[in-house]
Amino acid sequence: MGIFKKIFTPLDALKHLGQKPHTIRVPYVKKEPAKRYRGIHVNDWDKCIGCGNCARICTCQAIEMIPIDSIKVEEGKTNLRPQVDYGRCSFCGQCVDVCPTGSLKLSTEYLMTSTNKDDYIFIPPKDRDSGEGTGWESSTETSMLRFDREEMPERNPDERKLDFEPVLLGFSEQQAYLESMRCLGCGLCVDGCPTHMFIPEYIQKIRDAEYNGAVDEFFKNNPLPQICGTVCTHNCEDNCVYSRRGNPIQIRYLKGFAAEKVDNYGDVIKVDPDNKIDKKVAVIGAGPAGLTLAFYLRKYGVQVKIFESTPNAEGMMRYGIPRYRLSEKTLKKETDFILSTGAEIQYSTEIGKDIPLKNLLDEYDAVFIGVGFQQGIPMGVPGEDAIGVLQAADFLRDVAMGKKVEIGNKAIIVGGGDVAMDASRTALRLGAKSVIMYRRRWVDMPAHEEEKLEAKDEGVEIMPQTLPTEIVKDENGKVKSVKYVKTKMVDQGEGKRPKPVPIEDEIYEMECSAVIQAIGQNPDYSLFPDDIKEKLQFDKRGKRIIVDDYGETLIPGLFAGGDCVNNRGDIVGAIADARKAARGAQRGRGRASP
Amino acid sequence: MRYFEYFVGPQHVGVTGNMSYHLWADGDEIKKMITSVGYLHRGFEKLMEYREWVKNVPMVPRICVPEPDVNEVLYAMGVEELSGLVPSERAQYIRVLVLEMARLSAFLFYFAGAAGALGLYTIPQWTIGDRDYILDRFEELTGGRAYHIYTTPGGVRRDLPDGFKSRVQETMNYLKKRLIDYDRLMFENAIIVKRTKGIGIIEKDYAMNMGVTGPNLRASGIKADVRKDDHYLVYDKLDFDVPVVGDGDIFSRIMQRRLEFDESIKIIEQVLEMMPDGGFIEKLPNPIEWKVPAGDVYVKLESSKGEFGYYIVSNGEEKPYRIHVRGPSYTHGIQVAQEKIVGMRIADVAPFLFSLDVCPPDIER
Repeated sequence: MGIFKKIFTPLDALKHLGQKPHTIRVPYVKKEPAKRYRGIHVNDWDKCIGCGNCARICTCQAIEMIPIDSIKVEEGKTNLRPQVDYGRCSFCGQCVDVCPTGSLKLSTEYLMTSTNKDDYIFIPPKDRDSGEGTGWESSTETSMLRFDREEMPERNPDERKLDFEPVLLGFSEQQAYLESMRCLGCGLCVDGCPTHMFIPEYIQKIRDAEYNGAVDEFFKNNPLPQICGTVCTHNCEDNCVYSRRGNPIQIRYLKGFAAEKVDNYGDVIKVDPDNKIDKKVAVIGAGPAGLTLAFYLRKYGVQVKIFESTPNAEGMMRYGIPRYRLSEKTLKKETDFILSTGAEIQYSTEIGKDIPLKNLLDEYDAVFIGVGFQQGIPMGVPGEDAIGVLQAADFLRDVAMGKKVEIGNKAIIVGGGDVAMDASRTALRLGAKSVIMYRRRWVDMPAHEEEKLEAKDEGVEIMPQTLPTEIVKDENGKVKSVKYVKTKMVDQGEGKRPKPVPIEDEIYEMECSAVIQAIGQNPDYSLFPDDIKEKLQFDKRGKRIIVDDYGETLIPGLFAGGDCVNNRGDIVGAIADARKAARGAQRGRGRASP
Repeated sequence: MRYFEYFVGPQHVGVTGNMSYHLWADGDEIKKMITSVGYLHRGFEKLMEYREWVKNVPMVPRICVPEPDVNEVLYAMGVEELSGLVPSERAQYIRVLVLEMARLSAFLFYFAGAAGALGLYTIPQWTIGDRDYILDRFEELTGGRAYHIYTTPGGVRRDLPDGFKSRVQETMNYLKKRLIDYDRLMFENAIIVKRTKGIGIIEKDYAMNMGVTGPNLRASGIKADVRKDDHYLVYDKLDFDVPVVGDGDIFSRIMQRRLEFDESIKIIEQVLEMMPDGGFIEKLPNPIEWKVPAGDVYVKLESSKGEFGYYIVSNGEEKPYRIHVRGPSYTHGIQVAQEKIVGMRIADVAPFLFSLDVCPPDIER
């Protein structure tokens, strides 16, 4: 190519003179950003729970969590909301990808003009949202968080329903590691735990396989970690940030996993059994509340004596929860440790019958009542006196004690709570067919979802919206069948549970050999003499004793906790009450009372 | 003897970033040059030691402004190698797509600078304008135009949007058409040819001895490309050539990039066709508190400027123990430039410096 030509070829560019330029001209046309454009933040305050993970992941430290007074603090939610400093923000969107609720997003808005530098620091609200499907949005697929959990291995339903061996097989080390790794450490779960266990701290220890350290964390506020790690009602998991869009971290099973790894708690938790200070406390009932109180008092050298009406410790943990859920080994391990700290125990002694309560109040510096709810509530239908009509609490206790219980080949369980599930599954294991009748819908059943599903998997027939109306006896006075009606749900207005109303026109009948009632339990307060009972204050239904912040009743020196105080009806609630009472009992008699 | 003393930079069209060259000239002839860096030092390597693994992802792209994606991919590759994470094949294809698109946009930037250094301003107008069409595709894919923060250990952060492949293909078709214009305006331009041929020659042996890499090395006549010689991601499955111009002067360095432009388009077209379905990310066990197993790793790849490498050391903690970045610009912009500029005319300084494609941020990190 000649030099002459080379001089003229660039003049080709002149042909572009008439073409449309690719720069923006007057009149100004706004450039539409791409759908995924990362502009300024928007935050849905209603969805946001103020966990602070966005602030934690921000590499520019542009996000600060600011308390908003107008937002109500709820369980599992704080009133903190992220404030973004746009002088620092690099619009990377990692805050969005780590947001567990998906409330935070980067919109396609990008214009920010002001002469005041403070205008570039603000708490993003929702109102500048560019609309769904635009901007850098969060989804479970693109989130950095793994919303799927490690499934707890279980025995096959067909195999496990034949015996009382534990259903859960336990995590492997790898599973426990992966499950614990999901934890972000935001600590909102602690709100849900009645005894406020140090959950993020122990999960951290489990992740690092420091099981001794984890046990140390457990015992700061829960002396029954393996029991709670197996059968706790796990309110903590309901408050886990992962539960907003996926499966929460299985805090309960992680705890159980770590506790199981430590064979002897005594190696980690040092309590001298011979250290005894001049203070004596009597504990009535060796259930979770009583054992917890004993442990925390023994830590400080207080002399503790437990009075238990049955020949075994553990109370409702032993007699209310079947062995396939909570094994004998676990129960023994935890109670033996607590008793090894120097707490005395006297079995088969009923207070109010063998020893009057007054004697204890005179003899000891403080008395703690930790009795469970053991009397079943009858349904109140004709024919309840038939042979073969049982109370679930009695049924479960007798089975746990190893007594022979006759239920025949088909048991109808009435109720929808955890006790009903336990009773139905226990009946299965005794070789009977189990049918659950519950008057409300499946979703209304107070039992935990996993309990319901496990029962269903094992072959328990669950009949929701079914109300028994009569128990039919045969000529020997034995149960023959149950007459029942179906119910329909009637709306009771906003905020109220729909009410089941029987459809009376059609009455059905089902043959059975036993009826187990599991519609609730009442306490047995026969241990209180009348004069003490008068002085005590009970709630409206007369079931629960009112106590102050230190677990003390109106009678100085008489403390109470567990089922007879709170309405949770679970182990961890009893532990929380007992910890309060332990503080109260240490403070001394009557000091906490008004 | 007193020399005429002058400076190029810290702001100058001959350098993409804040960096200064201190020159001594005798008449029109350069006698000596000292590079003066430090205007852009942000201490990224140190900052990374203070941040959890995943928090470094938004920071690494800042190490090279015109082509940030190499840093993201290298960091992710290094962390993956240490931890044993394997990104899905689709993610690897997407990474190649991103890398090659970034290479194209960096080349367009380079053409703009090279022509601008010669005082020809139509070419920068065109190439910077066309580069924006690539940035539009980046914006669609990653949400960001300049810094994409898209590749992360485990894969990439989002899947391709709907219809993305066809739009990338449209952009490629457009660029192919534009290349004809570029050729006529730039490579067949007597001014450019006269001003750049035979000037600023980096000889083959000298380039080898000094550790010159990438297009600059190939322009000097050595066929070496990390994508071919030590392939990473899915480059071994792709069919492309490694052109070698071989004269080692300014013109061949520009021409080298022009030829590689075609190869990159070829790669992108193959990637669009061959990309398999599947997941785009392997999620980390925990985004913030994840610990990378102890060990050290050196990962490298071919950037538009030369061989880019990351040396990553982990002592099993939540944060890196040490990260060292080996950018190509240190060799090109400091050692080679300092020696080769001696004897050159003042007017050739800017085209020469730009022809080396120096990126000051990666000199200083």
